[in-house]
Amino acid sequence: MGRLRGFVIPVVLVLLWEIGARVGTLPHDTMSQPSDIVVAGWNALLDGELLLATWQTFESALLGLAIGSGIGIGIGILIGLSPTLEGIVGPTLDTIRPVPSVALIPLALLIYGFGVRMEVLVVSFAATWPILIVTVSAVRGVEPRLIEVARMLQMSNFSRALRIVLPAIMARIAIGIRVSASVALVVAVTVEIVLNPQGLGYNMIIAAQSLRPELMWAEMLWVGIAGWAFNTMLLTIDRRWLRRFQAGGVR
Amino acid sequence: MTIRSIGLKLGAVIFAAAVLYTWQLAADAKLISPVFFPSPARTFAALGVMEERGDLWKPMAATAMRMFYGWVLASLVGMILGAAIARSGPIRAYLEPMLEFLRPLPASAIIPPAILFLGLTSTMAVTVISFGALWPVLLGSYHGFRSVDPQLAEMAAAMRMKSIAFLWKVALPSALPDIFAGIRVSLAIALILAIVTEMQSAQTGLGFNILMAQRSFRSPELFAGIIVLGVLGLFTNQAIIMAERRLLRWRTFAR
Repeated sequence: MGRLRGFVIPVVLVLLWEIGARVGTLPHDTMSQPSDIVVAGWNALLDGELLLATWQTFESALLGLAIGSGIGIGIGILIGLSPTLEGIVGPTLDTIRPVPSVALIPLALLIYGFGVRMEVLVVSFAATWPILIVTVSAVRGVEPRLIEVARMLQMSNFSRALRIVLPAIMARIAIGIRVSASVALVVAVTVEIVLNPQGLGYNMIIAAQSLRPELMWAEMLWVGIAGWAFNTMLLTIDRRWLRRFQAGGVR
Repeated sequence: MTIRSIGLKLGAVIFAAAVLYTWQLAADAKLISPVFFPSPARTFAALGVMEERGDLWKPMAATAMRMFYGWVLASLVGMILGAAIARSGPIRAYLEPMLEFLRPLPASAIIPPAILFLGLTSTMAVTVISFGALWPVLLGSYHGFRSVDPQLAEMAAAMRMKSIAFLWKVALPSALPDIFAGIRVSLAIALILAIVTEMQSAQTGLGFNILMAQRSFRSPELFAGIIVLGVLGLFTNQAIIMAERRLLRWRTFAR
């Protein structure tokens, strides 16, 4: 019974919406009825339009996430290992970080024109920061005894980073990647809504402008479902494969 | 100050200067076409021109105002809703699943319906901004009010504190650090959405200006605009950190 109560308000709202739209109290050009929305969504799904847009959005988001993760983890390990380096590079990074990612949209457009590459540029800028910050604090939190062991074994800096530090920080980096992944998806959709003519964001804005509100609502619902599925997938990967790095008693 | 910390500060300044200098050299050598990539000298000159033309402070104020309204609205609603969900079982049971579904929705995804309902107006912008900025505050407030020390709650009950007084005098102060963490994230989101809505609806503001600069290939102005937006982000974040330190000063004694 407790779980069911959560569905009371949404179900009542959807019913009122349907009734309101059928009776004609709700304006038809903005609030098309829920049954039409389901039909429009189903048709868009069947003719592949929605799936193509989803692929375009995820392609940009994942590419940007990959690039951002690479940069974030790389710089993060370097800075985390050396406080001197952080003192020197940190202030410059702290000045660049507050630049809102979307402010780079016009610049990316100027450089690459419309398409995947401009979107990837903006996404990777946005995705870098959460991973960078998590990586730095994860490296700082590596058990000092492990570092001492590495020193005793006279490991080079590079192999110390690869064999001791990287496995020890894996679990926490995964958290950073998850945060960045949802940022990446949001930024990708945003870039499409603002001006990039591809993907889910663009489809939504086109549906709204061509006065097909039922399609717009269906696409919005789809964006929500896709985002939720993406998050759940990352969480599962995290639980299944990355937990073992935590088991070694490394914090 | 130790010699080491002075050395580090000096190193930081030298590094920043080196980055700027490399940028200047790269632009002078025309490694990348100057159409995309103006030198810092041209960028800062453009900043001066914008200031003289009155293209700097007015759009900046417009962007900042919209961001501020949306953020304040989001903070208030988020705090109250978070507190209600955290402290009341029935409200949690009714609202939580719905909010869990709305939360992962990208804030920018509500722009198309918002435009449909409200048109290309400032109201639309503020609505979108406050929707996007709501979630971090709501989550922070929820966690904060959930994790109030049960002993404090028992104590308040033993002293027959009214529940309003309990919320205000005990729960709120103990939730404040979490709320502030959310509020800081919200502020960054508010700035992003302020820029996005400007670009989308052609309203005066820095976001719209940089889009216009791009359309007419005025790259120095584009870079200048990006820098100003960065400064705006930096400044608002610092302001919140300072406010947090002031309001939470008692906490350093408590711990």
